[in-house]
Amino acid sequence: MKDVHKVIIVENLVKKFGDFTANDHLNFHVERGEIFGFLGANGAGKTTAIKILCGLSAPTSGRVEVAGFDVRTNAESVKKNIGYMSQKFSLYDDLTVFENIRLFGAIYGLSVSEIRKRSDEMLHRLGLVQERNRLLRTLSLGWKQKLAFSVAIIHRPGIVFLDEPTSGVDPVTRRQFWELIYQAADEGITVFVTTHYLDEAEYCNRVTVMVDGKISALDTPANLKVSYDCATMNDVFLKLTRPN
Amino acid sequence: MISIQSLSKKFDKIRALDRVTFTVNEGELFGVIGPDGAGKSTLFRIVLSLLLPDEGTVSIWGLDPVRDYRAIRKIVGYMPGKFSLYEDLTVEENLRFFASVFETSIEENYYLIKDIYQQIEPFRKRPAGKLSGGMKQKLALSCALIHKPRLLVLDEPTTGVDAVSRSEFWSILQKLKGFGITIIVATPYMDEASLCDRVALIQKGRILDVATPSEIVAGFKDKLFGVSGGNMHHLLLACRQFGGTATVFPFGEELHLTFNGGGDSSEELEKYLKTKGVEEVFIRPVSPDIEDRFMALMSRHQE
Repeated sequence: MKDVHKVIIVENLVKKFGDFTANDHLNFHVERGEIFGFLGANGAGKTTAIKILCGLSAPTSGRVEVAGFDVRTNAESVKKNIGYMSQKFSLYDDLTVFENIRLFGAIYGLSVSEIRKRSDEMLHRLGLVQERNRLLRTLSLGWKQKLAFSVAIIHRPGIVFLDEPTSGVDPVTRRQFWELIYQAADEGITVFVTTHYLDEAEYCNRVTVMVDGKISALDTPANLKVSYDCATMNDVFLKLTRPN
Repeated sequence: MISIQSLSKKFDKIRALDRVTFTVNEGELFGVIGPDGAGKSTLFRIVLSLLLPDEGTVSIWGLDPVRDYRAIRKIVGYMPGKFSLYEDLTVEENLRFFASVFETSIEENYYLIKDIYQQIEPFRKRPAGKLSGGMKQKLALSCALIHKPRLLVLDEPTTGVDAVSRSEFWSILQKLKGFGITIIVATPYMDEASLCDRVALIQKGRILDVATPSEIVAGFKDKLFGVSGGNMHHLLLACRQFGGTATVFPFGEELHLTFNGGGDSSEELEKYLKTKGVEEVFIRPVSPDIEDRFMALMSRHQE
């Protein structure tokens, strides 16, 4: 039976590379419209898990359902129904702002008129109307990241995966970026986000912390702080990832 | 002492550095703090004699990076932001290579790198390209230190690194400072400012402030309030609509806001938020941190 409120269901997910277990029996679900923070130390297995959730890598065992589709048997449907923004590469530097939007709109199968309409809305919302025909590489990192996010949800996916979207961005832009995340969540898009800025963990509805391939905590930021007797999410993170 | 005077550099029309001026004292752990694109790497490359400035001068204990570049390269250690060691040489070969370039040996200054190198020594026969991010970072730092530099320049050593490894890296820097090495480190993480003796805040090629972390925070003169209650996004929009607020930013679990004129209109705001249906409004005075100050300086410079 399908549970329409759960857009991500992960049950006993295991991923092994040879003898190495990168994901060790992960269990969690993500609700529609939720902002879900996915935290962990470098090498804890976050990227492996995200690749599986996006249908790019098959689990060794376990059940993973994203946007109502099984990632093992229906990976292509998963890819059509999600958005993805990586920290490193998201848009083409040698295309203009509009060319980037048109390219990704077309990849997601939108019609020309639909691309035009959504592009206008997007540029208006971002205050980038004047920059429509500028080469992407002439934009600041902050603008690029905001645009990349908007492009990642141009096809109105049920879920968007953001992999360290605010790395290296200035503190004001970082907050503007989170306002875009809030807007998307208000519109019913589920946001799955990783970050190394632990103040941003506070902006999530729920947060999970991965340690050595396992999920060692999963709750609201407020509950995590109470359970681990910490003042900030930074302290919670340190306590979980470096227990001694 | 390192003295940087009115340094400017343009790339086409982009002003990467705009009259950057500050000094770093001997033995100091000095932070250059700002986002990507602020000009940190350009600044470092000029100081290290790898790039020519359009205008301005740099003096490193009296040496000029343009005229005395050979002498300068002997006394500085540099860890670039991008991993730049030889990926097809092993860990040990890389270290030995850098030692030989600087006409020294691994053994001669081993005490400097011992704590760091011991963590990667089990992998000394592995090609550097096959190391994890954290191990590459430790190897790069070892190579930058092998000739016992008087000045160590680190360009974003902690970017993309998790909170635990970041704090470990900073304890390594504290230890190196104890050996008398002057350290200049760039970072986009504002919270790392408090770990430096002094910092320069930089944005769009311009220095916003140079001081000790506590002096920088003390420069925040407006009254700052933390506001919480209900859904964060709705609260944020409502606080902006109130009209009497100068700045409103999400800040961890609450909003940080200032009122027009830097005063206190929290009672009016609380009443307003209640009419907007925000339940359990909680407003409290809070102490600013470096990030609050940085954002205030940013908006002032944009006007």
